[in-house]
Parts: sequence; structure tokens; C-alpha cells
Amino acid sequence: MDFDTITAISTPLGEGAIAIVRLSGDDAIAIADKMFRGKSLATVETHTIHYGKIVAPDTDEMIEEVMVSVMRAPKTFTREDVVEINCHGGLASVNRLLEMALGYGARLAEPGEFTKRAFLNGRIDLSQAEAVMDLIRAKTDKAMHVAVRQLDGKLSQLITKLRQQLIETVAHVEVNIDYPEYDDVEEMTQQLLRTRIKEVSEEIDKLLAMARQGKILREGIKTAIIGRPNVGKSSLLNALVQENKAIVTDIPGTTRDVIEEYVNVRGVPLRLIDTAGIRETEDIVERIGVERSRQALKEADLILLVLNNNEPLTDEDRQLFEVVKDLETIVLINKTDLSGLLDHEEVSTLAGHHHIVTGSLIEDAGVDQLEEAIAETFFKGSIEADDLSYVSNVRHIQLLKQAQTALSEASQAIDDGMPLDLIQIDVTRSWELLGEIIGDTMQDSLIDQLFSQFCLGK
Amino acid sequence: MYDAGHYDVIVVGAGHAGVEAAHAAVKRGAKTLMLSLNLDMIAFMPCNPSIGGPAKGVVVREIDALGGLMGKVIDKTYIQMRMLNTGKGPAVRALRAQADKPLYIQEMKYELEKLEQLTMRQAMVEELIVEEGRVKGVLTETKAAFYAPSVIITTGTFMRGRVIIGDMSYESGPNNQRASVKLAENLEALGFELVRFKTGTPPRVNSKTIDYSKTEIQPGDPVPSHFSYETKTAILDQIPCWLTYTTEETHEIINDNLNLSAMYSGMIKGTGPRYCPSIEDKVVRFHDKPRHQIFLEPEGRHTEEVYVQGFSTSLPEFVQHKMLRSIPGLEEAEIMRAGYAIEYDSVVPTQLWPTLEVKTIAGLFTAGQINGTSGYEEAAGQGLMAGANAAGHALGLDPFILDRSQAYIGVLIDDLVTKGTNEPYRLLTSRAEYRLLLRHDNADLRLVELAYQHKMITEERYQRFQAKLQQIDEETKRLSKIVVRPSDEVNQHLASIGETPVKEPIKALELMKRPKVTYALIEEITGETSDVEADVKEQVEIQVKYEGYISKSNQQVERMKKMENKVIPENIDYTAISGLATEARQKLEKVRPLSVGQASRISGVNPADVSILLVYIEQGQIKRRTDTE
Repeated sequence: MDFDTITAISTPLGEGAIAIVRLSGDDAIAIADKMFRGKSLATVETHTIHYGKIVAPDTDEMIEEVMVSVMRAPKTFTREDVVEINCHGGLASVNRLLEMALGYGARLAEPGEFTKRAFLNGRIDLSQAEAVMDLIRAKTDKAMHVAVRQLDGKLSQLITKLRQQLIETVAHVEVNIDYPEYDDVEEMTQQLLRTRIKEVSEEIDKLLAMARQGKILREGIKTAIIGRPNVGKSSLLNALVQENKAIVTDIPGTTRDVIEEYVNVRGVPLRLIDTAGIRETEDIVERIGVERSRQALKEADLILLVLNNNEPLTDEDRQLFEVVKDLETIVLINKTDLSGLLDHEEVSTLAGHHHIVTGSLIEDAGVDQLEEAIAETFFKGSIEADDLSYVSNVRHIQLLKQAQTALSEASQAIDDGMPLDLIQIDVTRSWELLGEIIGDTMQDSLIDQLFSQFCLGK
Repeated sequence: MYDAGHYDVIVVGAGHAGVEAAHAAVKRGAKTLMLSLNLDMIAFMPCNPSIGGPAKGVVVREIDALGGLMGKVIDKTYIQMRMLNTGKGPAVRALRAQADKPLYIQEMKYELEKLEQLTMRQAMVEELIVEEGRVKGVLTETKAAFYAPSVIITTGTFMRGRVIIGDMSYESGPNNQRASVKLAENLEALGFELVRFKTGTPPRVNSKTIDYSKTEIQPGDPVPSHFSYETKTAILDQIPCWLTYTTEETHEIINDNLNLSAMYSGMIKGTGPRYCPSIEDKVVRFHDKPRHQIFLEPEGRHTEEVYVQGFSTSLPEFVQHKMLRSIPGLEEAEIMRAGYAIEYDSVVPTQLWPTLEVKTIAGLFTAGQINGTSGYEEAAGQGLMAGANAAGHALGLDPFILDRSQAYIGVLIDDLVTKGTNEPYRLLTSRAEYRLLLRHDNADLRLVELAYQHKMITEERYQRFQAKLQQIDEETKRLSKIVVRPSDEVNQHLASIGETPVKEPIKALELMKRPKVTYALIEEITGETSDVEADVKEQVEIQVKYEGYISKSNQQVERMKKMENKVIPENIDYTAISGLATEARQKLEKVRPLSVGQASRISGVNPADVSILLVYIEQGQIKRRTDTE
């Protein structure tokens, strides 16, 4: 039986040291292969497991070290090709993998869908059939309730409004097609359509931006501490962890090892990355350097750049400034208890618009100011934490992204000079995708819109 | 009662559905009888004198590709031909003809008379002969009994028809023909679920009393296109239509007399179509519109009667008179026939299989306006399919069902039998989810092969089609071999149409992908011309230019087909499926879809129900596999 390829996180969230992202369907192996650097999964033997790396689609940057099991049909749970990616258990990394799989064309599995496929493909015997049907009913109903609950009233309203804008536009195109001699309505033009698409597209952008920031809030701001050896990176780390460690324990599913990575700074959750690296570099001074830092800050949302007040600026420092130029950065000048050999004026020039905090971590000076700077950096916008949480469902975000893609394809078609009735296909697609968010994809509403919006005769 | 004869197929009614049904049945080899109330009114157009337009025009081409008559006959009898939506994409281009009404009747009747296997009789059918759930024949009011294993009812708006003008009403079919009352009662007694619909028509005025100088001329295309792929000669002597508008005064007259309108006094109980509102409806619902378009359309070459398009009304005749005279150009207009509303019984179409056979009575088919549609083209399309399937039923041939990706006719019938309709149903391009595939230009590419398989077209026609396919293929290959090299001349050509220059050598076929690059330009640039027909070039150009969108649509179709291919066993017992929601169960029992795909389109059947259905069907298959092992 041929179905599309589905994917889901198959281990309980936040409960284990490892997690599994499972794919099932005709394209399971091909999709996994695109994510994976290691052996070519397309050619490996069935029922084998392989070590490798998951890399980001655009940058080829390594995201996770994983073990991947490849199981070809029919001897699998679903009797389809199945791939299981074993990764570290952190919620963020599992989600990242899931999103990548979705990005490469898999569909998020419905509740119970792996079981359903197992059944449909004849894997489960007849006596289990009734149970499976009850399961689908129960799970689907439950999922629907959950989905409805997750659907914030605000989001629902906003989506409904955007859909209305789109369907009015589509109806406008349609009326020009079905009633070409109807002169009462302004002929929809490419120009007008472009404007309408842009309006909706900008709104979706805002929603997606909120979703991103909301995600940061939930998963922590990835924070990198960088600097030359012996400037006080590990002192800063310790200061942040010590001051805030009481708060970190309520993050579910974190092991003792990871606890140290999370600190809550005045309501801003920081996830300190490459902490092990910092310790290591402090211990083995020779093996340090800019390269290591560069690596760490690639994935960082916030960078804390530490300088030593007791030494003049080096070329390495200048290189670091160059690297963080366009990134969210706070500069900490440490060791003000020692004599000032650092050229503060040059630092100020190099730092540009970045915050500069001075202090002495040994004497516990400057940590407050640093924390204030962090809070200010993150909450400088007018976005309320409340706003950020209402677009959090992976399915919603995925649908928003697809709706956005459809709109940009429509815009592209306008640029290419395509006729309106073709451009309209993507606009309608976008309308349908937004409808899936709020559970409304009735085809007939277009016809209703047509007749209520226009007075039609011939 | 006497035995008046035995046939394979009997068609009751000879409107647009009836004639195509009879013709298709004969083409498939059935000995056929067509019964009409009045043989002078075969394929009569009781409403507007035009055929085609968006979506409908594509249906006419589909009918032609399937071997039907409508395209062929209108091509011989038009007084004006216009291609609409020429400024838009290829998927929505639509041909529309103004018909010579009397000539259309004459020509259609003559076409039918040529058919050896067809018998035409004037008769009023009152009863169906049904035994043990199978139809056996029909009984007329003159007590003639005609027998056949397949019967098609195409009685349009005649069933318990009632004409309403203002506060007066009388039992009648359209245009004062006799209503069909006993048959309606008979269908009810046979257990049919009927519903009351309403439609209307505007007054006709005498051309000699119209001052055309106050109106705008609407001429036909200088070079007319045609509906039939087989038509080779054009009618060049075309007659224009004219455009005028209602005035504030018209609207005042309407508002002052609304209480006399049958629509607003509550005299009309039937549901009318939203897409074809009466003028009083338009004025009430869109009261801030200062004026409405009125098209003046001649009813033929040899008549002075003019159809007042856009002015459908059921107001009393004296109000119609006043209203008309408030319109520029119609100040002195004389009414020849008054406008009226008509109410009629139609069959709830979810009682039909996708073959248009009635679920409860084997061999009985219904087609056309009786199934809740409106429009000549919608009727003709259904008639053709019902004719093919009725012949199939009688002769033991395969059923012929078109799906939503194959034809507008498929969309139409699937909508009717799956969703039903709560107003007279009209095809719109927006009802077709694969609109880009269901184009005016490719109806033959979509359907001729199928028509040939189902024995509905001749061998010669099929060979001509094969030749066209080959030409398309060769022409595509030819263009893919020609390389256009960048030169000042080429780039000047491109600049002149607002296209960017070419920098690298490019295949002519690739260059044609650009939206503004036409076939003619390619021929000019390359200096190489081809002598293939214009429709071959058109096909090559469209297929290349819209390749991206076409392949996207094809992918959608592939997805749909997966669900469409999951057949639901005929004897399925929905009460035995645990987990189905009550509403879904009721709807499924009523519609009895043939495939899971069809089931998923029923409103009230949600995705969870579809999943459960899939599991249940698979369970049955496992059981069968286990049983045989």
C-alpha cells in the first residue's frame, strides 16, 4: 500500500537520555539520507544501525551526533520503510530533528497513525482490529480536543481574519473568471493581488517571529561565553550558575549534567552552550583559541564576550569582535581589580552598539549589571511573554510556514507574469493551509463568498 | 394498455439531457426510444439563447470529445461566437455562442433523425413499469406500454411545474407547455425523495421597438472559434448583442412594487439559484448599486424576439412593462412574452450512483435539470453519461464514470451524487479543484481515448485524434532541437515584448516557457515555421508554458487517486462499523459512496471516520485473505 511518509517523536518527551525520531513511508530513507552525514542510507543493508551526524540543510553545520536504524519494508512495524534516528534526549534537539524531517517533505503523523498503518498494511492481526478502530476514534477525538485547547483564541481570530482577506481576494479573481462580462467589480490586477498577498504574508511573518521567540523562551536563549584564555570565562560561568542555580531544577527531564547549562537570569532563561569546552580550555591553555569560540557562537542567540582589563587588546580579541559584529553580544571587561592595561576607548569603538559591562568576577562585581544588560537585551521589544506562547504548536508553525511558502510562490508567479487564475492556485492553497490550523477547510465557502460578495447575473 | 414496442433504452424527455442521452445510447449500440411531449420542441432553449461560457463552454467541448451533439449543432447554428477570458490563463478561456433558437431545434432534430437505431415518439409518460426493484418500461397517458431494461428520465422543470407571474400562477411546464404531474406522483409513490426548486426567465421584447442607439454594441469575434473539434467551416455573418443598464427609476419601480412580487409575497416556496438572481433580488440585496447590466440578445436570425438578459423577474406583467421602459433604449419596448418564475420538483441527486442510475431501482436513470442542476450544458453532460450507462446496463457493457480530474462533467456528477445540492446547481470554474487540467483546449486529449474505449466515437475520429497526438509530440521534439543563440536581433525582439535578453544559447522550447514569448515570436526569431494546425501549436505552447503548474496539479491528482482506488464493498454494513460518528454513519448509508475518496467528500464525514472506514475495509480484505489461505 502506498502512503505518504510520516514522522513523529516516538519516545516520551523529556524523560530519557536519548530520544527517537521515527519515519515511515516510501520516502523515509530518502528523507533521513538528506539529514544524515555518514554512510549513504540508501545503500545500507536493511535492519542495520549507523553512526553519523545530522547537519543543517543550508549551512551543513553539525547539529547532532546520532545513531540511525534503517529498516526496509516489509519486515518492519508498519510494513513500510522505517528509519529511527536515535539522538540526545533534550527537547530542543529532538524538535530540531523533527522539524528537519518535516522540512524535507515528511508529514507529522496523526495520533496512532503508525499503529494504523501497521494495521492497514496487514501487520496486526484481525482480532486487534476493533481495538485499533476504537484507538483511532479516541485518539483522534482527544487530539482534536488538545488541538482546540492549544489553539489560542487570539490565534484563531487572527487566522480567521487572514483567511477572510485571502478568500475575498480569491473570490475577486474567481468572479472575474466566471463572470467575465460583469463590469461592476474592479478587475483584479497583478498589482492589486501583490498588495493583498503582501499584507497577509507580513502578518504570517509576525506570527512566525513570535513563534521563534516563544521557542527561545521555552528552550532557553543559547548563550556562548567566548574570549581568549584566562580572561575569566569559567569564572563568569560559575558566577551565573551559582547565582541562579536554584531556579534550574524545575526544568523537566534534565539530568544533572544538563542542569548546569540552564540558568534563569531575571526571567530570561539562558542555555549556556559549550560549557565543557570552557572548562577544558581553562585547564589546557595551549589548546584554546578563536577557532573553538567561533564554533560555539555559530548556534548562539546571545554572546558574552569576556576581555581582560589587565592585558592590552590582542589581535585575537579584535578578531573576536569582528566575528560577533552582527550578533547579539554583551562585552564584559573583567578583572577591574587589577591594573588597567586595556584600551577602553578602542574596546568601545570595536564594540559599536553592543553593551559593555565592567567588573571583577573574583570580587563579585559587575554580575548584577551584566544580568541587567541581558534582561534588557532580551526584553527590549514590546513583545509580551504572553504573546509569544500562543503560536507554539509544531503543527501550527509548520502550517504557517507552508502557508507562507504558498504565498511567496504566488508572489513569484506574479513577478514571472503568470496569469491570475494560476497565481490564484497558490493563494487558495495558502487559505486551505491556514484553515487546517483552525480545522476549517470547507471548499464550499468560496462559492458562498462569491455570491455574498458580488451581485451576479449573466 | 397495449404493447407499443420493445427497446434497449427508453429516454423520457427530449431536452438537452434527453437528446444527448438518446444519441449516446444509440452510439453505444442500444436500440433506443425517445419520448417527448412535443416533437417540435426538441432541445428547445426555454431561457437564454446562448450556449457555453466559463466552465459550461468546457463541458460542451467535453461532450464533443465524447462523441455528443451539442458542440456540433451549435457550431452550425450560432449567430455570434465569442471567446471569453482571453486576457487570462489558458485554464479559464471559455467559448460562448449566441444561438439561433429555432434553427438549433431543427438541426438537432435532424441529427437525431439520421440515427437508424433511434425511434422518436410524441407522448406523455405517466408511469414507470417497475417490478422487483427493476425498471421494465414506461406507460403513456394514451395507454401505450413501451418496454426496455433501461429507462432515463430527463423531464427538466416539467415535473409538477408551476408558472408564477406576480400574484397569478398556473400549472405549466416552461413556455406554456404541459406540466408532468402524474409522473411526479408516480416517482413519489416509488419512494423518491423530491425537492422543490425555482428558476425564472426575463421578458422578451420586439427588436423593432428597441432604440439600439442608446445601447453599446457587443459584437462577436472577428474570427470565430468553435466548440466541436470536428468543425471546419465558420459562420462569418454574425449578429451583435447590445448592452444597456437599469436606472434609478427602474429600481424605484421595483421597490414600489415589491409587495406584488411572487418572490417576496411568499407565493414561491422553491429555492432559487444564487448565481442567477431575479432583477428584484439584485435590487434588494445589493441596494447600493446604482445600476445593473442588461444584455439584449437576439433569439435567432429570422425572428424579432430579443431576450433581455439580466432581467429575470416574476413581477406582474404591468410592472415588467413599466420597468422595461425605464431602461435606456427600451423606452418604447413592446413585450412579446412576459418574464415568469417557474417552480418544479427535482430528484434529490444523492439517490443516484455516479452512473446516474437510481440506487433503489435497477435500470432507471435520471439526468439533467430533474437532478437539481440548471443550464443546458449541465443537462447535456449528464444526459450523455446517463445515455452511455443506460446502454451499458442494457447491453452488459462496463459502466462509464468520469472522475473530478478528467472532466467538468465528472466534477458535476460527483458533486451531485456525493454532496447533493440545496439550490439549482450551476457549474463554476471554482468548483473544479483541478481546473488547470480541465481546460477548454485539451478536452479531446482528456476524453477521446476514453470515448473510444467505451465505443462512443467512430474509428475515423479516433484516428484523426491519434494523428493530432503525434503532431503534438513531433512539434515538441522539433522545438526542443532548435537552439536560439544570443544576438542583438533576438534580444531586440525580446526587449520589444518586455522580456529580459538571453545570454546563453537556449532551446526554443525553453524560451517559450517565458510568459510573454509567443509561438509567433519563436517562429520569427528562429526563422523556422511549422505547418501544423493552430490547435497543435496551442497545445505545445500551453504544455510547455504552464508545465510547473500542470505537474503540481498532476501530483494532486495522484494523491486523490490513491483514495479513489480504495473501493468500498457494495454490501458494506455501516451499522456494523464501531467507532463511526452517528452523522457520518447516516450520511454514508444515504450516499453509499463507491470509494473511500468519494466518502471523504461527503460533508459530515470527518477524517477520523475516513480512517475508521479504511481500517474496516482492510479488515474485510484480511478476513478474505485468511479465509482463502
